[in-house]
Amino acid sequence: MSWLQKLLPPKINRAQGAGKKTVPEGLWSKCPACDAVLYRSDLESNAEVCPKCGHHHRISARRRLDLILDADDRFEIGAEVQPVDPLKFKDTKRYADRLKATQAELGEKDSLIVMQGSIKTIPAVVAAFEFKFMGGSMGSVMGERFVRGVHACIEHKVPFVCISASGGARMQEGLFSLMQMAKTSAALTQLSEAGLPFISVLTDPTMGGVSASFAMLGDVIIAEPNALIGFAGPRVIEQTVRETLPEGFQRAEFLLEHGAIDMIVDRRQMRDKLATLISGLQRKPAVA
Amino acid sequence: MKTSFLEFEQPIAELEAKIEELRYMQEDSAVDISEEIKRLQQKNQSMTKDIYNKLTAWQISQVARHPQRPYTLDYIQGLFTDFEELHGDRAYADDPAIVGGMARFEGQPVMVIGHQKGRDVKERQYRNFGMPRPEGYRKALRLYRLAEKFGLPIITLIDTPGAYPGIGAEERGQSEAIARNLYVMAELKTPIIGVIIGEGGSGGALALGVVDHLMMLQYATYSVISPEGCASILWKSAEQASVAAETLAITSSRLKTMGLIDRVVAEPMGGAHRDPAQMMQTLRRALVDELARLQSKPVPGLLEARIYKLMSYGKFKETAVK
Repeated sequence: MSWLQKLLPPKINRAQGAGKKTVPEGLWSKCPACDAVLYRSDLESNAEVCPKCGHHHRISARRRLDLILDADDRFEIGAEVQPVDPLKFKDTKRYADRLKATQAELGEKDSLIVMQGSIKTIPAVVAAFEFKFMGGSMGSVMGERFVRGVHACIEHKVPFVCISASGGARMQEGLFSLMQMAKTSAALTQLSEAGLPFISVLTDPTMGGVSASFAMLGDVIIAEPNALIGFAGPRVIEQTVRETLPEGFQRAEFLLEHGAIDMIVDRRQMRDKLATLISGLQRKPAVA
Repeated sequence: MKTSFLEFEQPIAELEAKIEELRYMQEDSAVDISEEIKRLQQKNQSMTKDIYNKLTAWQISQVARHPQRPYTLDYIQGLFTDFEELHGDRAYADDPAIVGGMARFEGQPVMVIGHQKGRDVKERQYRNFGMPRPEGYRKALRLYRLAEKFGLPIITLIDTPGAYPGIGAEERGQSEAIARNLYVMAELKTPIIGVIIGEGGSGGALALGVVDHLMMLQYATYSVISPEGCASILWKSAEQASVAAETLAITSSRLKTMGLIDRVVAEPMGGAHRDPAQMMQTLRRALVDELARLQSKPVPGLLEARIYKLMSYGKFKETAVK
């Protein structure tokens, strides 16, 4: 230790030391639920579920599809459908610029990715929300891709699975956004008429227009543990009723207790569970 | 009832007060001032016309929420006969924020369902400001099915700030209740006409709004979120509500241009509340027209057209992808 370091107050000394020990970005990850410091690779191999406390971290749409679908023979539906700015919407930023920036950052064109493939060899179409794309908000592209996914199901006589993660409507598309609730729900009447199952998986968070349309219309509705699911946001409710919300309000467990969903399934068992459910509903042999 | 005036109508209010004053004076005056009154009335008319010709979207949303605007039960009384209100969702409760029942329109039996706001403090509370809970939507659903079973056409009257954001509403499945209505309305085997008579507030309005033909009164609004709500989220300030109202495109004229509604029904000068009788007459004519047109279609064709319309909602581009 040099004479200079001896002279410095201990606080500064420690601060310098801490600076040196900083871990490289991306190697470690902290669980927001239990504060455990986790290896990124441990988290990844565990379907982004905290190995310490079981907290389900939010994940990207493509990662989600990788966890559900078989690796081969899959292709994307509706990638050609891309957003426009019908209202020339501008708040503190132009919607067009917001879209461009988000697209560049995420490499996705909008908030829903739809893929045809198979789940443990059972053919299916699976749609997954990209929550990072403007809060997974529901705009015209989301609605159209959803409908194309449903229509592909009808054409190929396969079931439809949608994994939601969304704050609700995309305000920047005004009433076009609201109409996607009607459009997606109407598409599900066509799927029903064709006798094909729709499994809705609700993940954290599924709110507003998404929960008040197709997400709550599953033949079977599954939620991930502790996912926030509801119509109005907790803050809006608190401001309206001027009461503190009960413990666990709008969480998956709360919805199960109130009879709103069929089951809560751990992400690590989701693929198996989906295969079991759709093979049963389609009267197919049980899958191993 | 004395007309209450909105902020931007203050010049009209002042002139009306002056006319009122002159009328009062004339009663015990030897001088004939009827000419002057007439002149002021004409001025008032042209001023109202001027103001209403260039209403901003924000001003229109004030008119849509005007406390004296005719509500669902006023239209039911003015346009229908033999109204038999049907109550309850058969599961939990009767929600007074939605009213519905059988009635006759031009002698023909129909089902009419609408959001209901309250006129005074007590009634407003009773009607929950026109914000339905799940049981309201489930009552509407029951009446949709009832109408379908007996082949009655449905007329919905839309006027709500939105579905109620409450604890109990969430516990009893507000989302599911709205979603179920969207689903069922899409496949309901009977004609449905919707009229937005005041506020078309988001999903809470849409649960009565999946229809074959959607009309909108001239000064009604229809929006995915209230201008105030949008402003506080995107502009971080509710004071930007007037900007948000403009940007969101919530007025009948803009929505008609964008193809999101089918018909704009003209309102009397100064809004529906200034001349309810005339409003009823105009709306009656529009409903007679449309009902005849929809009822002349066979049901399968009607449903096909409804689905086609629902599937056409949305604006996007298609780009070749590698």
